[in-house]
Amino acid sequence: MKIVVNGEAAEIRAATLAELMAELGYADAIVATAVNGAMVRKAKRDATPIAAGDRVEILAPMQGG
Amino acid sequence: MDAYTPHTAADPVEFYGTQVNSRLLLGTAQYPSPAILAEAIRASAAEIVTVSLRRESGAAKAGQSEPGKALAGQSFWQLIRDLGVKVLPNTAGCKTVKEAVTTAEMARELFDTPWIKLEVIGEDDTLQPDVFGLVEAARILTRDGFQVFPYTTDDLIVADKLLAAGCEVLMPWGAPIGSGRGLNNPYGLRSMRAHFPRVPLVVDAGVGLPSHAAAAMEFGYDAVLLNTAVAKAGDPVKMARAFALAIEAGREGFRADPMEARDMAAPSTPVMGQAHFG
Repeated sequence: MKIVVNGEAAEIRAATLAELMAELGYADAIVATAVNGAMVRKAKRDATPIAAGDRVEILAPMQGG
Repeated sequence: MDAYTPHTAADPVEFYGTQVNSRLLLGTAQYPSPAILAEAIRASAAEIVTVSLRRESGAAKAGQSEPGKALAGQSFWQLIRDLGVKVLPNTAGCKTVKEAVTTAEMARELFDTPWIKLEVIGEDDTLQPDVFGLVEAARILTRDGFQVFPYTTDDLIVADKLLAAGCEVLMPWGAPIGSGRGLNNPYGLRSMRAHFPRVPLVVDAGVGLPSHAAAAMEFGYDAVLLNTAVAKAGDPVKMARAFALAIEAGREGFRADPMEARDMAAPSTPVMGQAHFG
């Protein structure tokens, strides 16, 4: 199905956020996630379904001032 | 280059119950390389560095998974952890209360700290804080257990409202972020110090030269937060050390109770006993 990951269109197979993270290669990454503008804690990724059209944000530690 | 080591006795500053000895809070962005960033942090002896959250880059695109591929954010985070410094995550670039609150929540999980440098930006050219959104976001976040470091202006009424919202630190700007203009409104900053004598105050943003940081410390500010002035210097490591020295000098000057300025000259060499050759 088609979703949007970090602002880019993506065709994915995952049914949950946890599966999506694995599919995209983020399984072991230190990142924070949000779906449709709401944060999803790491512990809740398994129980968070992904639907067509969802907007997923995957944020990592970065340089900042 | 040797790391900066204070010349004076320990003079810690406290933020939300956490004591640190360095009064320089250093940003981690815009350095020529990760190695120079690390060396600058070590040279400055800063104990708190600011960090941000951004979309992970270098990742596999959806449908082209490459597990194990190096991710930019992960290597940066490893570098910071290896330095053993405390992190102050920011909400840089957020323009609405919702964006700032959501970013803060994600930062808390990612960095495992209740600290947040709260930015709610009102305008692109000046990056001036939207103080109305700032107060509202600060209220929401402190109720949720965050320890908020608000990036604000030198407006005293806004400062009062931030304190009422639960902030225990205030971070007024010296000048627009990244401008290097120094302390645009020394009177406003001094007024703020006088009005809130017991609140930790940090000049955040706009500092360009070590002398700007020294001046803020001479006003009695508790610390200075800066990034671009070090990162964009020709020699960031040397500049990091220069700022550490300036901040110590300014702090010692403040504690030494400076003389009052006056309009007229007053000879420092004794007049009595001066020879007359006329």
